[in-house]
Amino acid sequence: MNDDQKMQEPSESVNMTDLATTGMTSDGGTPKMTARHVDVFYGDKQAINDVSIDVNMDSVTAFIGPSGCGKSTFLRCMNRMNDTIPIARVTGDIMLEGEDIYSSQMDVVQLRARVGMVFQKPNPFPKSIYDNIAYGPRIHGLATGKEELDNIVESSLQRAGLWGEVKDRLSDSGTALSGGQQQRLCIARAIAVDPEVILMDEPCSALDPIATAKIEELIHELRGKYAIVIVTHNMQQAARVSQKTAFFHLGTLVEYGETTDIFTNPREEKTRDYITGRYG
Amino acid sequence: MTSATLLFLIIGLGLFAWFFGRLKASGLKASGKSSRSALHSLPNYHGWYVALWAIVPAAIFMAVWSFVSPALITDAALASPASAGLPQGAFARAAILSEARAIAYGNQVNAFNPLSQSMVEPYRDAISYYQMIGAVAALLMVFACGVYAWLQIKPDLRARTKIERVTMLILLLASLIAIVTTVGIFLSLVFETARFFSMVSPIDFLFGTEWNPRAVAGPRGETGFGAIPLFWGTVFIGAIIAMIVAIPLGLMSAIYLTQYAPAKLRAWMKPILEVLAGVPTVVYGYFAALTVAPALRDFAVSIGISGASSESALAAGVVMGIMIIPFVSSMADDSIAAVPSAMRDGSLAMGATHSETIKKVLIPAALPGVVGGVLLAVSRAIGETMIVVMAAGLAANMTVNPFSSVTTVTTQIVQLLTGDQEFDSPKTLAAFALGLVLFIVTLLLNLIALRVVKKYREAYE
Ligand SMILES: Nc1ncnc2c1ncn2[C@@H]1O[C@H](COP(=O)(O)OP(=O)(O)OP(=O)(O)O)[C@@H](O)[C@H]1O
Ligand SMILES: [Mg+2]
Repeated sequence: MNDDQKMQEPSESVNMTDLATTGMTSDGGTPKMTARHVDVFYGDKQAINDVSIDVNMDSVTAFIGPSGCGKSTFLRCMNRMNDTIPIARVTGDIMLEGEDIYSSQMDVVQLRARVGMVFQKPNPFPKSIYDNIAYGPRIHGLATGKEELDNIVESSLQRAGLWGEVKDRLSDSGTALSGGQQQRLCIARAIAVDPEVILMDEPCSALDPIATAKIEELIHELRGKYAIVIVTHNMQQAARVSQKTAFFHLGTLVEYGETTDIFTNPREEKTRDYITGRYG
Repeated sequence: MTSATLLFLIIGLGLFAWFFGRLKASGLKASGKSSRSALHSLPNYHGWYVALWAIVPAAIFMAVWSFVSPALITDAALASPASAGLPQGAFARAAILSEARAIAYGNQVNAFNPLSQSMVEPYRDAISYYQMIGAVAALLMVFACGVYAWLQIKPDLRARTKIERVTMLILLLASLIAIVTTVGIFLSLVFETARFFSMVSPIDFLFGTEWNPRAVAGPRGETGFGAIPLFWGTVFIGAIIAMIVAIPLGLMSAIYLTQYAPAKLRAWMKPILEVLAGVPTVVYGYFAALTVAPALRDFAVSIGISGASSESALAAGVVMGIMIIPFVSSMADDSIAAVPSAMRDGSLAMGATHSETIKKVLIPAALPGVVGGVLLAVSRAIGETMIVVMAAGLAANMTVNPFSSVTTVTTQIVQLLTGDQEFDSPKTLAAFALGLVLFIVTLLLNLIALRVVKKYREAYE
């Protein structure tokens, strides 16, 4: 807690390394992923500037911040989805259980099986519900027979709270479900490969309040089984679902700490302004 | 005065009309009381209003006149004393009259039939008489309508609204021309086909297996108009061999271009492929007939295949497939590019590799679009003529041996219509029946393909 005190000294300059250290040592959870001094560039333009952060196994971490501040960019670095953007360049270290995910030894295919992702807009494949869930286990060879695959599909759907609604129509197209069901299908699809981390980029922004509530409930239930990172623009949502919150601004990590602290007693002026809605 | 001169004269008068209309409107505007123009429309529109009134009715009259006057001219010529010497037979009469007419118009110099020569003078007289009547009437109309419109110009004349409506009508007419032409072609095919079917039974034609068109029926009453071998040849070359070549190659090139090619390479290769689609098919025909076909025959002979011909289904089909590649590739390219990138990201985020993503998500998602593109490609391939005329041969074989010669619908149409022909023999009319079949099949293929592609576009908004 030394670092906290240091931060509260009158000096206004924000030292990112120290902030990161704060994150790293806060509460006793095991850091699942750690990022150190990460910079991301799109061509010449820097989108992330020296971000260091830890993601814990037993907590849901929320990324908040004004539009364009780099939340999605940083999230996409964590399972190397930025590889699909030719002009994106990442420097610094991002570790998954101590392994550098950007090292040449890291197999991106394995990495993405361990760090799953749920997107802003539900994106089920134009296949049956069953095949949507079975997609990951099939490509990773997780099931040896039909029965095992059936089990994986059922348990994934169950954990995503969708089983009751779709168990009689598994062969219907995934795209025929409602928006909220589609998003839960996508979460089930991510769960099916048994990942360690699930990254969610504004998973509820295309959904109505009831569907949103269902997803939030689901996140609650998944907590502890997976390390979860969620990007959200909804302050109440961040406060409801997360235990830790990171506030990004203009590509930098301004503040990272316990959600309750961030929302009731932020250290930084900018954080307070953003949370109280005075700007952003 | 010829019609062309008359038309130019009318247009010239139209310019004057425009000028006077504008002048009057400007005058009205200048004398307007308030500072704001008292005219409903700008003077320009009044000019156009008068000009259109001057030109359009006269032009329409000219068009109608050009249909009506030939009959009047013939009547007048027949009423002349010279017509007394004409033979009574309708056929001979018509021949003489048409020859005389051609000479009178200056399309032909000498008459083969001396009787025609005697009819030329009456014809000339009648022509110049009716042309004069037409010209005078047209010019009178220009003046009458122009003056009428000019008198109409008042401050509150809604010239602008009227011009707008005329513009819309002109555009509508322009768009109707293509449709009307298509309908006309279709109807003429239908009529000729009906004549053909009055001589040869449709059943024999559609389901007969012997293609050897003769003008007269053979000893057992057979006429040799069984088109099945032609249909088979068309399908064999255009829908089977060509597609076996074009679908995989086109699809793979589309996948490479959309998924793997660096932006720079894509910027080069796409236009080149599109240029290939514009190469005249006769060039492909040369290539098929002079290069591919002999090479394939030599190859077939060297591996001991009997019945290898220098005009083979394979040569025509392969070259046609190559011709179709850019087409398939560009359709597939479009439909793969239309699959939302969220789909691709979703699959990659599951840990699928690039090629797994293509195989399991992109292609299935793009499939309807690709199928639509392939159907369009098939419809192009079966209607393609030049390559098969040059490389496929004329023998109506029903064979699955790709090294032997087969013939197609289009080749036979060309065959039936070139050279000496009597216009109402079943041999010639068979070409129309074949054309109609081709027309209907390609039309159906296009309709289905467009519907499939549209459905697919809707699926992704
Ligand atoms: N593919 C890209 N190419 C170039 N620049 C990009 C790309 N994606 C994002 N950026 C830029 O990077 C910066 C951060 O974008 P990012 O999408 O990470 O923001 P965000 O915090 O997720 O915003 P939002 O809340 O609106 O989703 C922005 O300035 C954006 O313009
Ligand atoms: Mg974002």
